[in-house]
This record gives sequence, C-alpha cells and structure tokens, in this order.
Amino acid sequence: MDFSIFLQQLINGLALGSVYGLIAIGYTMVYGIIGMINFAHGDVYMISAYVTAIVIALLTFFGFESFPLILLATLIFTLLINCTYGWCIERLAYRPLRQSTRLAPLISAIGVSLVLQNYVQLSQGARHQGVPTLFSGTVRIDIAHSFIQVSYTQLLIIIVALTGMLALTWLIHKTRLGRECRATQQDRKMATLLGINTDRVISTVFVIGAAMAALAGTLVTLNYGTFDFYIGFIIGIKAFTAAVLGGIGSLPGAMLGGILLGMSESLFSGLVNTDYKDVFAFSLLVFIMIFRPSGLLGRPAVEKV
Amino acid sequence: MGQKNGLLSFALASTLGLSSLSASADIVIGVAGPHTGAYAAFGEQLWKGAEKAADDINKSGGINGEKIALIKADDACEPKQAVAVANRLIDSDNVDLVIGHFCSSSSIPASRIYDEAGVVMITPASTNPKLTEQGLSGVFRICGRDDQQGQVAADYMLNTLKSKKIAVIHDKDTYGQGLADATKFHLNSKGVKEVIYEGLTRGEKDFNALVTKIRYSGADTVYFGGLHSEAGPLLRQMREQGVKADFISGDGIVTDDFLKTAGGVKFAQGTMMTFGADPRQIPDGKEVVNEFKSSGYEPEGYTLYSYAALQTLAAAVKATKGIDSIKISSWLKGNQVPTVLGVKAFDSKGDLKVSDYVMYQWGEDGKYKQISGL
Repeated sequence: MDFSIFLQQLINGLALGSVYGLIAIGYTMVYGIIGMINFAHGDVYMISAYVTAIVIALLTFFGFESFPLILLATLIFTLLINCTYGWCIERLAYRPLRQSTRLAPLISAIGVSLVLQNYVQLSQGARHQGVPTLFSGTVRIDIAHSFIQVSYTQLLIIIVALTGMLALTWLIHKTRLGRECRATQQDRKMATLLGINTDRVISTVFVIGAAMAALAGTLVTLNYGTFDFYIGFIIGIKAFTAAVLGGIGSLPGAMLGGILLGMSESLFSGLVNTDYKDVFAFSLLVFIMIFRPSGLLGRPAVEKV
Repeated sequence: MGQKNGLLSFALASTLGLSSLSASADIVIGVAGPHTGAYAAFGEQLWKGAEKAADDINKSGGINGEKIALIKADDACEPKQAVAVANRLIDSDNVDLVIGHFCSSSSIPASRIYDEAGVVMITPASTNPKLTEQGLSGVFRICGRDDQQGQVAADYMLNTLKSKKIAVIHDKDTYGQGLADATKFHLNSKGVKEVIYEGLTRGEKDFNALVTKIRYSGADTVYFGGLHSEAGPLLRQMREQGVKADFISGDGIVTDDFLKTAGGVKFAQGTMMTFGADPRQIPDGKEVVNEFKSSGYEPEGYTLYSYAALQTLAAAVKATKGIDSIKISSWLKGNQVPTVLGVKAFDSKGDLKVSDYVMYQWGEDGKYKQISGL
C-alpha cells in the first residue's frame, strides 16, 4: 500500500469532514439546548449557498476582483442573511410550539425544511446553479516517487472550520452569553428562575447554528462551484450522523464526529470501494452506538429525579 | 361561512372548467418527465418539443379532425413519484397516450401501469435496455439503447483514443449504471479490462476520494455513466487534482447545465459524449428547428426527440382512426413514420430499427459538436 495515497485520502477526508463538522454544530447545539432535532438545518445551509452565489455575482458585476475582499464580503453578508433566517425560523416555527408535545416542533422542523426547499426552487428555479472558479491552485508536497496535494480551497476550508470552532468554544466557555447557554442547557427552568431570558438564549443558539452553516455553505460553494435547491438534504443527513457520532449535545463532539465521518468515508472510498462508503460509514455509526450509546464525547443522559 | 361556500363553489367551478376543457380536446396526451427537481432542464426539453408538435398538428387541422391536448406530469426523475403520476394520468386525467418518461428508472415502473391500462407510451429519452425487454406491447422509444451507446463509446475509446487504462464510473442509477455496464461489457469483450469500476452517490458533490483513486490508478480515460449533476463536479475535481485523463460520458450530459456543474468551459472543454446524430442537422427537421430558433428557444438535447415522439403517435392515431392501443402498437411495428428526425421504423420490441449514436465533444466556445460519424 502506497503511503502517499493514504495521506492524500486523509487530506480529502479532513476537508470533507470539516464541512460535516461545521454543519453538525447546528444540530448538536439545538439538540443540546431544547432536545429537538432541527431538520431544517440542512436547508439553511442550502440557502447560504444561494446567497454566496448572489453576492459573488453582484461583486464581480461591480468590478471587484481581489479574492480576499470577495471572500470576506461574501462571508459577512452570508452570515448576516443566514443568521436572520435562523432567528426567524426559530421565532415562527419553533417558539410557538415550545410548550406543546416533543413531536410537534419535530414535525414543524420538517415542514420548514420543505417550505425552504420549495421556496428556493420556485424563486431561483430548479436547475443547477454554478459560480465561477475564483481561487485555484494547489500546494504539492513530493513524497518519494509520488506527491500529495492540497488545493488552496481545501486548506481554506480546514482553516476556517478550525477557527470557527475555536471561536465558538471560546464563546461558550468564556463569555456571559456562553454561561447562559450552558445554564439553559443544564436546567431551563432553573435558569429562568435565576433571571436568564431563556427564550433569547434559544434564539441565539439557532443563530449560531445558522452562522456555522453559512460558513460551510460559502466554503463548499467556493470549492465545488455547483449547487441546487436539494443539496441540503444529503449533507444534512451526514452532518446529523456526525453529530450523533460525536455525541449529540457536545460541541467538540460535533467537530470530531464530522472529521471522523469524512475520513472514514474518504479512506473506505479510496482504499476499498466507493459503492459501499456510506454503508461503511453508517456501520461505523451503529458499531460506536452499541459501545457508546451517547456518542464519543457525549455525556450519558442523567435521569432527573 | 359565506366565504367558505364561495370558495367551495369557486373550486367546483374550476374543476368543471378543467373537465370541459379536456372534453373539447379529443385526444389527450400526457407528457411525463422531470418538470421540477434537479433534472428539470430535461423536462423542459420534452415539454417544449411536445408542445410545439401539438401546436403544429392542431394548426393544420388536428388528427382526423380531432385536436390534441397535452397534460404535464411531473415525476422529478423519482421512481416512486413516477408511479404516482402514471396512476394519476390514467385514473383522473384519462389520457389516451403518453410521451415519457425521461429517466429510465422512472420509465420502467411507469410503463407497467400504462400497459395494464392499455395506453401506448413512447419515451423520447429512456435508453436503458430493460424498458423494452419487459415484453410489454405498448412501449416504444424513439431514442437508442444503452447497449448500442456503450458499444459506440467503447469502440471510440479503443480505436480512436487508443486508451490503455480505462476507469468506468457510474451513479448507481438504472440509467447510469446500465450505460456503464454496457460500456464495460463491450470493453471486456474486446479483451480490455477496466482499471476501476465503481459507483458514486447521486446528490453528493465531493468525489475527491474517488478522484484520488483514479489519479493513482494511472487511468488515461474515464468513462462516466450518469447525469450532468454528478459528471460536472467529478470532472472539475479531476482537473483540480491534476488528472488529465480524457473524460467521456453518455447522453446524460447533453445540456448547457453541464457547463455550470463543471465550473465553466475551462473544465468542461474536451469532454466527449455519445448522443444520437445531432437532430438539428437532419434535413427533415430544418423547418421546425428554424421556427424554434426564431421563437427564441434553442431546440437542444431531447427537444426534437419529443417532437418526433408526438408526430409518431399522431401518425399512428391517424392511420388506425382511433386510440386503440393494440391497433396503434401493431401499426407502429409494421410501418414507417416520417418525423423531424427522419423516417423511423420500430422493431417488435418497440426499439428503433436503426439507431445512430455518434461521438460529440464540448468545445472552447461552450457548445458541443459532432466529432465522429461525419
């Protein structure tokens, strides 16, 4: 077995896994705080792909050509729009159902997912959209008689994902907002009694999830250059799997789960067979769930008496 | 309450209006295909072609004095939805004939429903051999078969490109894998063993792991069985990883959307594909092509196939003076039909007697041109 193939597949998996990880954060945080799976999250990611393309088209139309500027402007704008979406979705579809049964918000999440898909399909058309390549080039490292390579966009994905992750960890562990989030997660009623506006905290969590999805959406669109209204579905399922794998409710778990899923897919596909890579990834999930039912970094649910 | 009643009567009136509309048209033809979803570009081709043909026939007096009305049926290229719309066409729309579907994975399950109901269907685009191998008498196609398409691709790779190491990739769908299997079969029968034979997942965008595998296999040609939505990203990631192998696919990428999914002409140029000899070059269809162009629509891909499908049905209805499926089927299998694609004849399975696959190549100008069989 050639060592360079192995390394190259690890790099491919790392880039793919970082994207899964970024999106998984949205699932894991929402689950952590209100115990609900936000099925519309994949579609929020899809929205960000469209916003990215629109911003890039506008900027290039007005003659901006420097890549860092375009990237920065696109990221900021996409973040803003996506955060608005995240906030509105929570406000319209989930908050009114806060006091009802656990199943109700789950169903309304699926509803929101369908609404977003169809709304984008009708307003933007069902065809595949594309953005031009803005940023190309690769770093090549020679190893013995072969080489491994990382494209600049792949590097960018890995760096932005890690930075986003670090910033989020800092936010949760060091700031007042983070403390409020953790308090709400541990015991919502008690947090309310102590004067925390838990409704606002929950909104914030949705906004943070949407922001991470926006990062992922922009990066993926720049990297693969093509998207349609349906892309949220498959990647949403994968990111959700990553969140469960890492331990749903745990932030580092989401990232770890994402990278693990990405790498296992990539290694299996590259070294064994592409047909069965999903079978392998999901078998891995089942295997881990048998031995660690709460995921790799998840804490077992404590029965509250 | 009053408002509710008003709504109800409005709803009633509109259904009445609809049924009276279809009653005034005597021959109802369903046009089934992906009118929404990721493959809507192909659905549009089918609809535009059929719509124009129906218009032209109606303007010249219809068939035996009867007008044609078209009904759009959307299957989104999903087998389950295809079965549902096929049932709808039969049960509530009472169609007499069907043009469609597009994806082989939709046409095959839907064809059984039309067969049970005694409705003749003709597909302009489904190329999987299984469709006409089911032994259903009322199933026709006005395009070639993947075993013929695969043979043309295999011969081209071996004889013209002189490929030594060929990777065969597919999308695990009825059409894509069927086409890849046909190509692989013809390669193997010439004594060439492919270096990779694998399937990717429809709907995904990251194929880097597979591309790395292709790179290390040293393949000089990559054959892909599938549609543009996956062909584009696969090609782009190949080029980004520095894989310079020739890229060949089938008629699943005959749309300008391929350029978008591949990230522009920069990556797409040089890509080859098999498709029927360009219908826009056939002299019989010149007038129709010009009319399409002057109305601002480029009749690319399957547009003219769909036009020809409707012409074929119209000719059979005219000759048999009715919509009896047994009469129509046996007439089509015994007679020649003049269409915009030239004169067509069907064999006993419902396939074309002669198919004319040739090789095309995407050029620097973002258009595809015929490069073999000229």
